[in-house]
Amino acid sequence: MENLSPWVLFFAAIFTGNILLTYFLGMCSFLSVSRQVKTALGLGLAVTFVLTITAAVNHIIYFHVLVPLGIEYLRYIVFIGVIAATVQFLEMFIERYSEVLYINLGIFLPLITVNCAILGVSLFMVIRQYTFIQSVVFGAGSGLGWLLAILAMAGIQERLNEKKIPPPLRGPGIALIITGIMAMAFIGFSGMVQIQ
Amino acid sequence: MIHQIILTVAAVTAINVVLAVLLVIAERYLADFGECTLTVNDQKKLDVKGGSTLLATLSREKIFLPSACGGRGTCAYCKCRIQSGAGPLLPTEIPLLSSEEIENQVRLACQVKVKQDMAITIPEELFAIQEFRASVKEIRRLTHDIKLLRLSLLDPGEISFKSGQYIQLKSQPYADIRERVSRAYSISSPNHVKNAIDLIVRLVPEGICTTWVHEYLREGETVSFVGPMGDFFLRDGRGEIIMVAGGSGMAPMVSILHEMIHTNNERKVTYFFGAVTRRDLFYLDEMNAFRQKLPNFKFIPALSEPLPEDSWDGETGLITEILGKYLKGKDTSDMQGYLCGSPGMIQASIQVMKEHHIEGDRIFFDPFA
Repeated sequence: MENLSPWVLFFAAIFTGNILLTYFLGMCSFLSVSRQVKTALGLGLAVTFVLTITAAVNHIIYFHVLVPLGIEYLRYIVFIGVIAATVQFLEMFIERYSEVLYINLGIFLPLITVNCAILGVSLFMVIRQYTFIQSVVFGAGSGLGWLLAILAMAGIQERLNEKKIPPPLRGPGIALIITGIMAMAFIGFSGMVQIQ
Repeated sequence: MIHQIILTVAAVTAINVVLAVLLVIAERYLADFGECTLTVNDQKKLDVKGGSTLLATLSREKIFLPSACGGRGTCAYCKCRIQSGAGPLLPTEIPLLSSEEIENQVRLACQVKVKQDMAITIPEELFAIQEFRASVKEIRRLTHDIKLLRLSLLDPGEISFKSGQYIQLKSQPYADIRERVSRAYSISSPNHVKNAIDLIVRLVPEGICTTWVHEYLREGETVSFVGPMGDFFLRDGRGEIIMVAGGSGMAPMVSILHEMIHTNNERKVTYFFGAVTRRDLFYLDEMNAFRQKLPNFKFIPALSEPLPEDSWDGETGLITEILGKYLKGKDTSDMQGYLCGSPGMIQASIQVMKEHHIEGDRIFFDPFA
């Protein structure tokens, strides 16, 4: 992976290997906070921020603390700790500077902690042996990819509000179908770059 | 092996300690709003510590805005005008504010946080609201789920209020409930008695404050409350007074009736009291006493579901039906309506009154929020 250009990786993380539409990680908040574009944008930005920070911090901790000490098996608990702390910080920050967003995000803000996309990115970084720059770029790209997916979903959902949907499909039913179609559309990009 | 265990524990501990320290430092900078200046009604300047809600900040400064829900953002009694420093309108406020109020910068004091200097306008009469300490003189059972709570005032020793107004009682921690909550109860004693007040408290299942009053509060203990508040009181007029109440909605009516005796007010009063069965009725002796002292007073209790053993021969049915039957064909042009009870009962009663041409500006009500 050493020779993969950060720009290619960034592009790949957003489009060809979208964390949500290709790996289906981070689904629960994706399904629950995608009713309004405004809140979806807020959550998407929050996730992007947390992903970028945690990818960087976790890279440093993993390759400079855990690997030298030979305790790589601690990565899950350490990664989660770093993610939780970052989310806490973000929560304080949003509460201070945008109370409207804070109330709109509600429980989903602290729940970013257990958003599997975030732990997923940190674990991919380990499996794929990314360098520091690659990890940060991969984190930011995955975050933007997730943001793109939830924004598209929220835009579609806002339009669906005015449409007649058969009762059994209302809510998560139609949302999952749309997600599936969106995921298929994104498969179209996958031939360009392979980052598996 | 032991080396590995120690290393693992040390590494996890060290990393988490570093994270915790960073968070503590961040919190010190992010959650500290420093000193803010509140300008009240363009004249009074208060230096307060930022970070909590406007309602809580004002109550620390001994300015008490009315709040029946205790700051949960449901009763909308704590509305006040905030000219500057309130920040954007919050989603929790929008359903409780009319578009006119939003234009006039009216906000809910329990939702807005003090984060910077603020200028606010609150009605002058709210400065009369004080915090009282009182001792419990008597707790008496009125029905299976309603108790009378008599408080004699300690500090300040006297209260002046309008009959029909309410106070907010502060509960104390009990059993496994650690929080203190404030809940609104109407005063049922008349306003010429200044050194004590009576409250009528109905037990709400799982209710923090009512459970405290019913199960844990004992005579002789000291409690605190804030008041008086509310705009439910007897208005001037000459026409008939129609009172409608249910449960502990009895309280403000009793206070108003006592005041009418005291001031020799001879207006016609018809009081409809709704209950489910015979065991939900109370204060019947008091009502008889009122009937003897007020020449034009009529008390009409109605049971919605009387039991066979109640051997009830009074009115039967929903209180709104009885009310509609009474108003039918009457000249209601100078009648006034006074309602106290559950929001559902009040809404339905207002509906009936409006159908019989008692307009909204002659209907006064006090819902349990």
